[in-house]
Amino acid sequence: MSNLKKLVIEPLRKTNPVTVLVLGICSCLAVTAQLKPALVMGASVTVVTALSNLIISLLRKGIPNRIRIIVQLVVVATLVILIDQFLKAFAYDVSKQLSVYVGLIITNCIIMGRLEAFALSHGPWESFLDGLGNGLGYSLILVIVAFFRELFGSGTLLGYQVIPQSFYEAGYQNNGLMILPPMALIVMGIIIWISNKDAGHGTAGRETTTQK
Amino acid sequence: MSKKLGMRSEEYKVKSNAFKGLAKWFETHEPKGKWAWLGSTYEAFHTFAFTPNRVTKRGCHVRDAVDLKRAMITVVIALAPAMLFGMWNIGYQTSLHTTDWPYELGTAANFFYCFWFGFLRMLPMLAVSYVVGLGIEFAFAQIRHHQVNEGFLVTGFLIPMIVPVTTPLWQLALATAFAVIIGKEVFGGTGMNFLNPALVARAFLFFAYPTRMSGDGVWIAADLWGTDAITGATPLGELAAGLQPSASALDMLIGTTPGSTCETSVIAVALGAIILLITGIASWRIMFSVILGGGLMGLLFNAIGANAYMQLPFYYHYLMGGFMFGAVFMATDPVTAAQTNVGKWIYGLLIGILAVMLRVINPAYPEGMMLAILLMNCFAPLIDHCVISRNIAKRKKRAIISSKTTAQ
Repeated sequence: MSNLKKLVIEPLRKTNPVTVLVLGICSCLAVTAQLKPALVMGASVTVVTALSNLIISLLRKGIPNRIRIIVQLVVVATLVILIDQFLKAFAYDVSKQLSVYVGLIITNCIIMGRLEAFALSHGPWESFLDGLGNGLGYSLILVIVAFFRELFGSGTLLGYQVIPQSFYEAGYQNNGLMILPPMALIVMGIIIWISNKDAGHGTAGRETTTQK
Repeated sequence: MSKKLGMRSEEYKVKSNAFKGLAKWFETHEPKGKWAWLGSTYEAFHTFAFTPNRVTKRGCHVRDAVDLKRAMITVVIALAPAMLFGMWNIGYQTSLHTTDWPYELGTAANFFYCFWFGFLRMLPMLAVSYVVGLGIEFAFAQIRHHQVNEGFLVTGFLIPMIVPVTTPLWQLALATAFAVIIGKEVFGGTGMNFLNPALVARAFLFFAYPTRMSGDGVWIAADLWGTDAITGATPLGELAAGLQPSASALDMLIGTTPGSTCETSVIAVALGAIILLITGIASWRIMFSVILGGGLMGLLFNAIGANAYMQLPFYYHYLMGGFMFGAVFMATDPVTAAQTNVGKWIYGLLIGILAVMLRVINPAYPEGMMLAILLMNCFAPLIDHCVISRNIAKRKKRAIISSKTTAQ
């Protein structure tokens, strides 16, 4: 795999910002009760991470080290306001549903993390791809969590009824806990559990110590 | 794994002839070769049938005939009075409210039919709870190459006892699976969980399917099968709705009121409490301090007396709902309770206080016991930490003083 391709592919699983670095958890809990806001949120964060990485990478040689955080914040805030206005203009319903969480993208740890750790020391094209990959990795987890929460919590996907009416007549009920934030945390925990198991973390170390 | 188990079979002392055949069967059917992965399942059934004779030979250990299995079975025995009474009460409640009840009320035949009715309602719930819970426990033990733990023996018994009788079986199965996996196994299994798994199952049902866990329409079974219910409010439900409880204090003491399947009778729970206290399985400090805390809070509300609920005599809180059941069987869970003696007092008092507070002040939660215990389960390690560090600080001070005096 070429290095550039790796920048986009690796954050999807191996260095996923949510499940491995455990960043951006708050918004994962807040906007995943339904699939549609989760998709929009994921797309917004992806755009902001990719573009802010690109811009900071272009400016990186001119930014004085001491005030770099402020410069980063100005760039991110500008992009977030643009996204917010864009959503208000073209997707008003979703923008209302997401309410303050669009504005709170500024505080998303993933964005600052990528700017500090990657964009300040890499070229514009690489930085853009890295931002894109991390944004997509974040969106992936958001969509998985939202899929399960909407399916079992409301019986719908993207607002369409998925669980047939006959199920409800047979005694099936929507799971109210899925709508509540604690279940988002638990679903996330299960995803991290599975992905750790997949990557060989967890029990691997323990077994070598016990089997002497 | 299998090698280790192979050594084991001679270590079992078999005295009775009747069980020799079974012992022989265990010896000859030990999993080997491609079945070796079933080792912990085999082990679980073997030690369930015969007391293992193997003891720890090295190190400093407390040696006691009461191992985890015997402790757990004692709790199940202590739960039996409440379970038996609950079965009868299920039938009794339905007989009061249905028109096509086959027996005359008050006759001996009716007494047994009430019990039979409740038995048939409880049996599927118990079966679902044990099959799902033990299935998951065995699976986890196999995957982790651990021995199967006995922890679920009590949890599986408790879960059907603290839910409404009309709870659909699939919801019960889901709640059990949730409790065992998320409440227990992710933390490392029996002894590692910080929340009481039976209460996790109930809390799951409470928040996931609120229409099935509270209100007036879930406490009395309409018929022998199915999930239909007859409308009938629990004493706590009536109070939360701003009414006075229609049942008398004596009814509530005996337990002939609607409620979760086996929690209504204070007398049956007290019998269990006596068994637990005599055998020393449960901590009297916790039991007593929960009751004390509830009483103090009840008296405080009596003194304030701002509304009818606050003016309710304080001892009513003991009689209604799951207060006593929680105090005796849930709060005393040795894994999730505070471990230090001072900690146990604080833990118990706060459970009692919070439970009564939730009942009286928050009408959205008619029964506060479950939430109070779960909340204090979360704080139990912190309480212990504070008690221990205080103790260390105190001793340090003493040590410094005494070293100073000797230096002089």
